[in-house]
Amino acid sequence: MESTIIKSRNFNASFGSNHVVKNVNIDIPRNHVVAVMGPSGCGKTTYLRCINRMHELIPGATCRGMMTINEEDIYTMHPIFVRLKIGMVFQRPNPFPNLSIYDNVIAGYKLNGIKLARAEKDRIVEHSLTRVALWNEVKDSLMKKGAFLSGGQQQRLCIARAVAMEPEVLLFDEPTSALDPISTSTVEDLFHELKANYTLIIVTHNMQQAARVSDKTAFFYMGELVEYELTKDIFTNPRDSRTQNYITGRFS
Amino acid sequence: MNMETSIPASVIPSPVVRDGAGLRKRVRRTFRQIRGEGAFRSLLLIAGGLLVVLVLGILLTLITQSLPSIRLLGLKFIWGSTWNPVRNVYGAWPFLLGTLLTSFLALLISIPFSVAIAIFLGEYYPSSWFAGALKNAVELIAAVPSVIYGFWGLAVLVPMVRQLEARFGMEQPLGVGIFSASLILSIMIIPYAASLGRSMIQMVPGHLKEAAYGLGATHWEVIRHVVIPYTRSGLFAGILLSLGRALGETMAVTMVIGNTSILPKSIFSPGNTMASVIANEFTEADKTVYLSALIELGLALFLVTVIINIAGKKIIDRVTNE
Repeated sequence: MESTIIKSRNFNASFGSNHVVKNVNIDIPRNHVVAVMGPSGCGKTTYLRCINRMHELIPGATCRGMMTINEEDIYTMHPIFVRLKIGMVFQRPNPFPNLSIYDNVIAGYKLNGIKLARAEKDRIVEHSLTRVALWNEVKDSLMKKGAFLSGGQQQRLCIARAVAMEPEVLLFDEPTSALDPISTSTVEDLFHELKANYTLIIVTHNMQQAARVSDKTAFFYMGELVEYELTKDIFTNPRDSRTQNYITGRFS
Repeated sequence: MNMETSIPASVIPSPVVRDGAGLRKRVRRTFRQIRGEGAFRSLLLIAGGLLVVLVLGILLTLITQSLPSIRLLGLKFIWGSTWNPVRNVYGAWPFLLGTLLTSFLALLISIPFSVAIAIFLGEYYPSSWFAGALKNAVELIAAVPSVIYGFWGLAVLVPMVRQLEARFGMEQPLGVGIFSASLILSIMIIPYAASLGRSMIQMVPGHLKEAAYGLGATHWEVIRHVVIPYTRSGLFAGILLSLGRALGETMAVTMVIGNTSILPKSIFSPGNTMASVIANEFTEADKTVYLSALIELGLALFLVTVIINIAGKKIIDRVTNE
């Protein structure tokens, strides 16, 4: 039986009086890819940002309910430790523009004040860049600024930066919406590779992407979790009429 | 009854004729706009050109007016450490030193405060009531006339410094001097670095800060590793602006610096800056060479400011390109 890594029960999130995530119950299985899809404003990104407590950085943002990782309550842990266990990749590639490719990969260690020996750093950089299939493309220009890479390479660099911290879970917030089709497919291929070592939660508004990359899919609508099933079931045989309407393109 | 026939034909506007006239009118207006465009551009050019002419004119006046002094003294004017108008000896070194000492000391004192205020307002609490009050207070510091700082310095700061000097066992605790002038200056220049720094810090893209938070950075670590590196050149530019202000400040400094023409022995000695000498002695300058020496002092101050500004811009360029 597959084990659950992230679990939420009756989870709610708000911006001030605007209730954007309503009573979400979800179990994320370890070493799987879970897609979270739904129309704009359905609360999918907010829910994702609640998992590693990025939501609370916005003034006026609140949440309530239970969210655990490995049965441990995320909201009683220190947010710093939560974010070390649960890495995040954002919509827009955001490598640090003043740092080289090399320093971008180990930025997490530098930010947290962890001193590493040179050999250890080299190992982490090579390992992380290899994981995201970027090593061969950049191994001769590691000391160049990350901002010189193409959009797709920058996004893979950001994934490497998250992977370098050896998290258990990786959150992706519409990771390919700023990328061209070829870069998108490179990143999507990565998801299959990364699944062996991490649990991936991917927010996307692209249904085809959800169908291509995920094992399970959650459909959010107006802040509610409407349906959460194996991806092949949700796309072939949705139980809820709202899911049916969404995947047949009757609203977007 | 048929309404259409009851309206006289002259009342009904003829669309063809009116449109034709309207179009002509509109075209004429467009020509006027094009002519206006040219006039506007020349206006901008004149305004800009006038400023360049003005700066060059000031420089030229300073040079021609200081010619008598330059002819008499040459380079001794800069290195000479005696300033004695009675014997017609003019050495500006004590004042040059006084200007640089007070300005850099003031900068040193004010940097921690201005950077702290910039970070506090730009990143920590950009929108609390206290931040609003602080922001207004900082702006007010820049708005207070410098003579009022001078008064406050004489009434409050100088006695405090005098007590400090007495406690340190100095022989002549005067209170007035380089140190008091630096303290006053450091307060006066805070707003320049603080407000420029604040606006630069607020411009740091949110997605970069989120990237750092997402990697488990604390608020302080985000400031240390993302916000400050990103705004380095802006913070430096603000500090430079402060320095420029400190170099030229006259009134407040004149009132608390002690006004002696002797080379300062320590930062507690009384002294003079180039600006304070000019302000103090301009009305007493009864000889051509004396007046000319004071103007040369102004020229020197002008050049010091220009050199420091150019050097600062070079440093900003290097920091930005790193």
